[in-house]
Amino acid sequence: MTVIQFLVEVAGTYVATLAFGILINIPRRALNIGGWIGVLGYLLYRFTVLGGGGYVVGNLLGAVAIGVASLQAAKFKKMPMILFNIPAIVPLVPGGQAYQMVKNFALGQNNTAFNYLLQVVMISGAIAFGFLLSELVNRVQRRVWRHRR
Amino acid sequence: MSSQKKRDQLILHTALTAGRIMIENGSEIERVEDTMTRIAHNAGAQTSQLFVMITGILMAINGEVGAQIEPVKRRTFDLEKIAVVNDLSRQYADHKIDLQQFSNRLDHLDSVSRYFPFWLQLLAAAMVSGPLEVVFRHNLPDFWITCVVGMLGWLVYYLLSKFIQIRFLSEFAAAAAIGVLAVLGVHLGLGNSVDDIIIGSVMPLVPGVPITNSVRDILAGNLVSGPARGVEALVSAAAIGFGIAMVLQFM
Repeated sequence: MTVIQFLVEVAGTYVATLAFGILINIPRRALNIGGWIGVLGYLLYRFTVLGGGGYVVGNLLGAVAIGVASLQAAKFKKMPMILFNIPAIVPLVPGGQAYQMVKNFALGQNNTAFNYLLQVVMISGAIAFGFLLSELVNRVQRRVWRHRR
Repeated sequence: MSSQKKRDQLILHTALTAGRIMIENGSEIERVEDTMTRIAHNAGAQTSQLFVMITGILMAINGEVGAQIEPVKRRTFDLEKIAVVNDLSRQYADHKIDLQQFSNRLDHLDSVSRYFPFWLQLLAAAMVSGPLEVVFRHNLPDFWITCVVGMLGWLVYYLLSKFIQIRFLSEFAAAAAIGVLAVLGVHLGLGNSVDDIIIGSVMPLVPGVPITNSVRDILAGNLVSGPARGVEALVSAAAIGFGIAMVLQFM
């Protein structure tokens, strides 16, 4: 992966996250930070995959990062957390695999299709589990904060 | 009616309207419960009992006035309204506005919707499709055609949603349109790969709000609303898939 390619990916992720935020009507002052959270999650995913960690672990780490970063942003901006994490998971959605699955089912190649189905299920599960883990981090943090006060 | 009773009615009305607006526009259940409890608490109600579901809310305070029901009839994605309700609730907690003002502003918020201008939404649909196609598939030459196809697909979805109230049908039609346009684009020599164009173009239709909320609701222990949202997301995904599959079968 060249540097140019890498920069194009980062820019693409940022623009896409921001634009998805516009489609679901996120307030203007939350858009920018949401875009950067999307980039953060995607970068973590990309580097894990490049480092040989596999796409399931990559998606898991990406989702954890998005969940934790969204809560910090929500605290900082005093806005609901879902404004940040909904657009940010869009770059992690297994769109390519889901499409290949549909295509192969439509063309009657069921074996290939089941392969892709398995990938889609694994990735979605990893993202969901990543959110669960981030929720754990958030709850521990909240408990610690309350304890200190 | 005594003034205490009137006050209780106003508290109930405010909390229920706030909750309904939040669910209608795509909030998770835990946040709704939290906000409504806070409103009742800040308004001086000693106790409040809540039952929040994705299709309706039940609330009672103080055990004096009878519980009231607020049905939730429609569901759209307008996260700005959730942020506004959140802001108003914070202002009320800080005593910047009183209960009557809070209630009036909620009623006003309910009747107006402040979306981004239409051209910006179209541009946003294009800017979701094209960049994600490049990110996922590294196919730079097909960037422009993906932007155009994604924008047109989203236009179909938007127009159909205005006329038919069933979101799944609009998604199905939009996906089918995207498939036809992608095949047509490659046929006319405007793009190289049907697969890449379709993968990028369906991204604006991805049901991001139901997926995220479903996971969060299930984690919070809302075992009725969470799976309901999951089904919503699944049906959306299936509608998009069927639209694409239908086109691929015939081409």
